[in-house]
Amino acid sequence: MDAFLSSLISVAFHGIAYGMILYVISVGLSVTMGMMGFTNLAHGVFAMAGGYILVSFLARFHLPFPLALALSFLLVAAASVILERLLYSRLYGASELEQVLFTIGLIFMSVAVARLIFGTLQQPVLLPDYLKGPIVMLGREFPVYRVFLIVFSAAIIAGLWLGVERTLWGAMVRAAVDNRAMAQSVGINTKRLFTITFAVGSGLAGLGGALGAEIVAIQPTYPFEQLVYFLIVVSVGGLGSLRGPFVAALLIGITDTACKYWVPQFGAFFIYTATIALLLWRPAGLFGKRT
Amino acid sequence: MKITASICMTFAAAAFACAFPAAAQTVKIGLISSYSGPGAAQGDQIDKGAKLYMKLNADKLPAGVKVELITRDDTGANGDVAKRVAQELIVRDKVQILTGVVWTPNMAAIAPLTAEAKVPFISANAAGAKVVGMSPYVARVSFTLCQSAYPLGQWASKKYKRAYSAVSDFAPGHEAEGCFIRGFKEGGGEIIGSVRIPLANPDFVPFMQRIKDAKPDALFAFNPAGKQATAMMKAYGDLGMDKANIKYLGTGDITTDEELQGMGDAALGVITVHHYSAAGDRPANKAFVAAYKKEYGADLNPGFMVVGAWDAMDAIYAAIRAQGGKIDPDKTMEILKNYKNANSPRGAMSIDPETRDVINPEYLREVRKVGGKLANVELETITTAIKDPLKEFEKKK
Repeated sequence: MDAFLSSLISVAFHGIAYGMILYVISVGLSVTMGMMGFTNLAHGVFAMAGGYILVSFLARFHLPFPLALALSFLLVAAASVILERLLYSRLYGASELEQVLFTIGLIFMSVAVARLIFGTLQQPVLLPDYLKGPIVMLGREFPVYRVFLIVFSAAIIAGLWLGVERTLWGAMVRAAVDNRAMAQSVGINTKRLFTITFAVGSGLAGLGGALGAEIVAIQPTYPFEQLVYFLIVVSVGGLGSLRGPFVAALLIGITDTACKYWVPQFGAFFIYTATIALLLWRPAGLFGKRT
Repeated sequence: MKITASICMTFAAAAFACAFPAAAQTVKIGLISSYSGPGAAQGDQIDKGAKLYMKLNADKLPAGVKVELITRDDTGANGDVAKRVAQELIVRDKVQILTGVVWTPNMAAIAPLTAEAKVPFISANAAGAKVVGMSPYVARVSFTLCQSAYPLGQWASKKYKRAYSAVSDFAPGHEAEGCFIRGFKEGGGEIIGSVRIPLANPDFVPFMQRIKDAKPDALFAFNPAGKQATAMMKAYGDLGMDKANIKYLGTGDITTDEELQGMGDAALGVITVHHYSAAGDRPANKAFVAAYKKEYGADLNPGFMVVGAWDAMDAIYAAIRAQGGKIDPDKTMEILKNYKNANSPRGAMSIDPETRDVINPEYLREVRKVGGKLANVELETITTAIKDPLKEFEKKK
């Protein structure tokens, strides 16, 4: 019984840690896709960029870890503003097919560029010593980095929640999600709002990519390989909400971990079966606002 | 009349020029590798190995013979694409010899074509045991998984009592698992569990936690070379499994020389058996590693796939030399069957005339720090020449 209890604890812990990474990387996609109605499949490009920024600053310039993490958010957010103004904004009214073609093209270009600059090998993450190895809690050992990941992600999520629920910016975002035309007609500058929201969403992806780099390897094909996980989280959670993807990411993280721990022979396809079942039950996702 | 004659002369000259392009003879070689997709890091190794060999060994060709390398992308473990590009190379580019291929399924897709078109194919990497037998025009200079997993199992059974096996869930993983378990059990060891991990798996921690809780003395791991192996090793370090006295064992695929630096200190102490290490102190290997670093950068180490491609080109050059540049498929296969290379970076290797599969030396290695960098330090030579054990098992039946 004791053994079962302690394995329950570690499954919950690892599941939450994995779910948190999934959430931080995917939430930006939920924001851009849900609010702006833009099918941004190139979301993983921003996550990969964040990861590369982190590993480069750590390895080449020996910056402290927190600073490199902050830079991965800021630089990706700044770069995304340029991309949004130059490219994305031209396709806001376009059909989904055009948006998909454009963003897939962007993925191909980013894969080639990343390969040119960083080569094909995955990049090592030089974590500071205080984030390495295991620590003992409740009689079991837990990897320090994953503890940090859970705490830090929880802080980001709390901040995001407050931002959307309690600030004027959040109110404007919510208004635009619910009824864009009305929001525009009451004088909200949706163009600027979109740019800022897009930057925050992309910056979060960059931060997620950087945070997760230790677990989800950063290498040129990252945007393609991780795309399916972002889409699962966002579609199961439902477009246009912050709560939906959070619940979905935790649900996927914990059940996926539990399944791999107890019945590893089903580990491969569990996540897909669960996604299909959930979407059959609620096609708009758990908390979806659109159908 | 005169005009017609001169036209005739021109045509005749043109026809002559076409039939005999120049005094120099050109041998066309098709190289199929993964230049894009998830296997691009591995495909890149094969490309580099083949090109480096050609650059440094032009003098090993007979006078007047040139080699033209035509490269094609198979985009990853994708048999259909590999078959298509092989077909294009054979029909359109008229290559006389094919080589390359990271992935076993791609080699399996190409093998029937080589028999149909009588174009010899030399595997520079793909290691699945059975694919060499699929066509009489296929030979291999790389390795088979059983060549390292089986002796590792035998060796481990002398040091550890209880082992857990964790391999990637695809054909080479199953081969590695079967061969390790066979070797380990033959030596009197006990397998307390085995798990097959999906190839597209982002998080290894749950699997590793399960293994840690089973408390084995040793963990046998196989993943395809690259980020999977790294992720699994990180999970091993994160969970403190080294401190729980679980020894990490595997085939050389899990500590490839090119990826090793990215794995970090979690890899320290990992024991592997393999045919090649960049840290091997044979003179031929030292020269090879130095040439590689000079060409591609001091920070890069050649992995076993570079060596596979290097030796594949050496075998091809040997066949070209023996035939004076005129490639006949059947003669080429005869030469390949008896191919021996005492100066391969991995040590002396050869091809088994009976199976056309490689005979390799195998070394026991441990990951240690050498000059501040991680390296697969060779501790002892387990065998100087091992045939693929799987085929030997089948003979005994």
